[in-house]
Amino acid sequence: MKKLLSGNEAVALGAFESGVKVASAYPGTPSTEIMENFARYEGVYAEWAPNEKVAMEVVVGSSMAGVRALTSLKHVGLNVAADPLMTLTYIGIKGGLVIACADDPGMHSSQNEQDNRFYARFAQIPMFEPCDSQEARDMMPLAYEVSEKFDTPVLMRLTTRISHSKGVVDTSDSKVSDTSERYGFESDLKKFVMIPAHARARHPKLLEREQALQKISEKSDLNFIEWADRSVGVITSGISYQYVKEVLPDVSILKLGFTYPLPEQKIRDFAKQVTKLFVVEELEPYLEAKLREYGIEVAGKKFFSRIGELSPESVGKGFEKAGVLTEKLPSLRPLSADVQMPRPPLMCAACPHRGLYFALNKLKAIVHGDIGCYTLSVMPPLKSIETCLCMGASISMAHGMAKAKAAAGIDDQRPIFATIGDSTFFHSGINSLTDVVFNQSNVNVVILDNRITAMTGAQVNPGSGVTLQGEPTAAIDLEKLVRSLGVERVRALDPYDIKGTIEILKEEAAIEGPSVMISRGPCVQMTKANLNPVHQVNETDCIGCTLCLRLGCPAISQGDVISNKDGKKPIHYACIDPVLCRGCTMCAQVCKSKAISVKSSYPKE
Amino acid sequence: MTKNKKTTNILIVGTGGQGVVLASEILSYVAVESGFDAKKSEIHGMSQRGGVVSSHVRFGNKVASPTIMAGDADILLSFELAEAVRWLPYLAPGGKAAVSNQRIVPPIVTMGAADYPGNPEKLIIEQARDAVITDAQKIAGDLGNTKLVNTIMLGVISNYLNLPKENWKKVISGAVPQKFRDLNLVAFEKGCELG
Ligand SMILES: Cc1ncc(C[n+]2csc(CCOP(=O)(O)OP(=O)(O)O)c2C)c(N)n1
Repeated sequence: MKKLLSGNEAVALGAFESGVKVASAYPGTPSTEIMENFARYEGVYAEWAPNEKVAMEVVVGSSMAGVRALTSLKHVGLNVAADPLMTLTYIGIKGGLVIACADDPGMHSSQNEQDNRFYARFAQIPMFEPCDSQEARDMMPLAYEVSEKFDTPVLMRLTTRISHSKGVVDTSDSKVSDTSERYGFESDLKKFVMIPAHARARHPKLLEREQALQKISEKSDLNFIEWADRSVGVITSGISYQYVKEVLPDVSILKLGFTYPLPEQKIRDFAKQVTKLFVVEELEPYLEAKLREYGIEVAGKKFFSRIGELSPESVGKGFEKAGVLTEKLPSLRPLSADVQMPRPPLMCAACPHRGLYFALNKLKAIVHGDIGCYTLSVMPPLKSIETCLCMGASISMAHGMAKAKAAAGIDDQRPIFATIGDSTFFHSGINSLTDVVFNQSNVNVVILDNRITAMTGAQVNPGSGVTLQGEPTAAIDLEKLVRSLGVERVRALDPYDIKGTIEILKEEAAIEGPSVMISRGPCVQMTKANLNPVHQVNETDCIGCTLCLRLGCPAISQGDVISNKDGKKPIHYACIDPVLCRGCTMCAQVCKSKAISVKSSYPKE
Repeated sequence: MTKNKKTTNILIVGTGGQGVVLASEILSYVAVESGFDAKKSEIHGMSQRGGVVSSHVRFGNKVASPTIMAGDADILLSFELAEAVRWLPYLAPGGKAAVSNQRIVPPIVTMGAADYPGNPEKLIIEQARDAVITDAQKIAGDLGNTKLVNTIMLGVISNYLNLPKENWKKVISGAVPQKFRDLNLVAFEKGCELG
């Protein structure tokens, strides 16, 4: 049967077919759909963990019980899970273990574009890199075989274009492997307990394993040659392979799918038989540097950028520059100036985050940001946050800044705030808050509790009260949790009440010592019904002052012109789109002319 | 050395929430149903929140890159006027455009920080061959549901593509809820008549 699957769907299918029984992950674009799809299969256990380190440790435990397991994460997630990974590589596995990690070259939805291929080398674990959905699915059973045969976790390295592109997958040979032979935990202290004495004994084994894997990579069909014109040879992997095939269908290609350890001999043989050798790879010169280490003459980053995603056009341009591509690439039509209008992503109409940041804006405070939908508050008109580093960092950075102000005697009266989403707080914000309590700083923390991980597409989190399967479960009470950490000033606020929110923020800012406010408002994507009836602008009262526009609500725009006196800039009425409005009432609250009210012709709910 | 030139490239664009992804999914399945290899690629994530959405669909005997090279799109399908203008440079010489004439003005324009394209229709007609710019929202509304815009527009581009009509109907029938099936087939026919 032929199906159109995304790379992520294909990985999930391949995992299921490999007999994986347990999977744990924390969401992160572009990896999220792996777990969402895997969870739909019969007879498996899948969960959202609070963070990537926890998820990794969960699947290590499952593997120790002899059960095949999977974790999936985005590139930066592997930084969080790096601690268990770096010692897991000593311990090895019992049931096969695959780490499906999706990099984001081009940073479509990430804070950096680190190249995680280096993690395979760093942890000395085998790495597979699929070039399309079919390979993604077919590589999974091989990855589990290698994992079990060589007692190692395997890194399945994807990128956004692999994860999110759909291609035809032939699933006619689909069957689920029976791996029950390995089931059961047996004590093995020297393997499972990494005290220095045991770890010292494991380290040489790791090097032996690496050598054995190198031989396998050398023979693997995942590293194959397509011979054609030998005047040009290209070594490539992952999505870059497709771009090369697109622009230069007639050159010889060594396509690498097993990319750690690399097949040195195969590479040397290939290099010898072509006149000009190129490496085409996204981001860092990972392959190219290795080839140079072998002493092979090669061109790579000279023609293909280290920055951002590659594309058929950039690969074509690189080969053009290298004098290989003789046919002209399609030329771009000149862009008209009109096309420059940006369309940045926005907080949804009636999003509870809007009220909080609108209020914070009135405070003259230093506001630290974190990662989630609320990071959009950096954009005008809300323009509230000053910093954003990585998940959980808002609170710790606020703490560090407060301490620096005190230690260096900086005279700055602005209160310091940290704003963090509920999922991000559970992920790693808790640790940071512990520091604030332990070392007492004058930091005001606001947890934006929308009960969901919205940014990545609404995955449940420990505060949601439901599991990935939609079953009811305990919902962690943020207020109790924060109090139990030792924060004395804890209070809830309603972000839809702008005046009330400003008052609470001011009160807490004025008080010395840590305080935590929980901004409660469920994500509007999760609720069907409008919060209140839809609102409208009454044009007899509207003076075109644009106060309501400063909420940055997608439902509010400028309508008809009120006046255009003396050739000055025209003044417009505000206008509310009744289809987009969800009745949050914030615009009515900020309107000084009382020109916004419930739409009269609208049926009451 | 020369590049591969045996695929059909369709770029589908719009803004978050307009159903770009579903439309490209349907088109890809029609191509597969008609015996072709097909790939499609789009970026999800931030774009869901009102941002720019673009989906690349390619089909042929064997498709390599999942993305279309700039200047190599045979067809541009847009659900919004300014987005059509934004992506016009992707069209190949002689490339065609099908555009639903909806205007979604982003708040950045309302705030006065940017301008909506002046005369998008003119730009589209100048740059694309046989451009169809249509009030698909009105047609959809007359049929009783504005969500039918996507199916109507697929009908329009079906005229440009040599894919059997019964495959379109089969895939659309399977992709929409049972109770909207007949309505979607009517909408598809309406679109076909526009092309
Ligand atoms: C280490 C790491 N893991 C995952 C992500 C992807 N990611 C970005 S924001 C976010 C969570 C957002 O949830 P929340 O804090 O509740 O804010 P919301 O979007 O719901 O407002 C995630 C998982 C990331 N950027 N870094």
